[in-house]
Amino acid sequence: MEAVLFFGAAIGALGGAIGVVAMRNPFYSVLALIVHLFSLAVLFLLLSSAFVAAAQVVVYAGAVMVLYVFVVAYVGGGEESAWEPIPGQQFLAPLLGIALFVELAIAILASSLLALGTHGPDVKTGFGDPAAIGYLLLEKFLLPFEASSILLLLAAVGAIVLAARRDEVGSDSSGSRSRGVPAEPDPTSSAWAPGAGSPGTPRDSEPGDPAPGTHPHPGEGVPAQ
Amino acid sequence: MNIEWYIVLSSLLFAVGAMGILIRRSPVVILLCLELMLNAGNLALVAFSRMVGNQQGQVFALVVMVIAACEVVVGLGLIVAIFRRKLPLDVDELRELRG
Repeated sequence: MEAVLFFGAAIGALGGAIGVVAMRNPFYSVLALIVHLFSLAVLFLLLSSAFVAAAQVVVYAGAVMVLYVFVVAYVGGGEESAWEPIPGQQFLAPLLGIALFVELAIAILASSLLALGTHGPDVKTGFGDPAAIGYLLLEKFLLPFEASSILLLLAAVGAIVLAARRDEVGSDSSGSRSRGVPAEPDPTSSAWAPGAGSPGTPRDSEPGDPAPGTHPHPGEGVPAQ
Repeated sequence: MNIEWYIVLSSLLFAVGAMGILIRRSPVVILLCLELMLNAGNLALVAFSRMVGNQQGQVFALVVMVIAACEVVVGLGLIVAIFRRKLPLDVDELRELRG
């Protein structure tokens, strides 16, 4: 029974991983990653770590993947161009991947960890359940726990600073009226060229620009979405 | 199942993720492949934690999940910023910092 579950989940995880790499459309890649994450949660359950499995499903397959789906829907799942800057990249990269796997497999199989060939010791029923992990997090690893919460806060603030539409608002002469409109797919976006519309375009100095004193405050465009 | 199986599967997933980073050129997919590699590390951590019979490896795996969430948030913010400036979403064309 355990072997059936393991091989089923392993095939799911591996298939999901290969699907992420092989799908041409980024949206399907995200869906393949969701399959991969659910299979990994099954593997975590098999390793008797219930809380990590639950966190995997809730945090990863729930929250993070929703973020990915939104961003892929926003930027559009464009196909990659066939242009290859490094000739033979599509053939060299799998070779390097296989070499990496062979190296890791040699490292594992040649290691002197005798316990690798066992199931691990018998554990009590409470092994890896939320009570035990919560006790560890709040008693023994309190400092890393708090540090990771500060890190999450920093990442959230950094993402808001990065993705806020400051410069478009500042350089757009009609920005005061079109600011509330969520960024519609630009008609020029199909003809992307490096440098087109980069922050040095002459629109910066248009006479209709609002005076610098009336610079729109940056928080205004964000909640309108 | 022996712990060995989990570790071999984890290294296989890690290799697939690394291969994806080398092959793909869309920043979104590269972030997805980074997720694959981080999850492979998580699987190895949890497997070793089961092998030793100690739950501290699971706490480590949870911290790795937090790091992955932070990386995703910042990376996706960067992608949205790149998209807003109408730059190409292709890591081979965004090469101004390469010198």
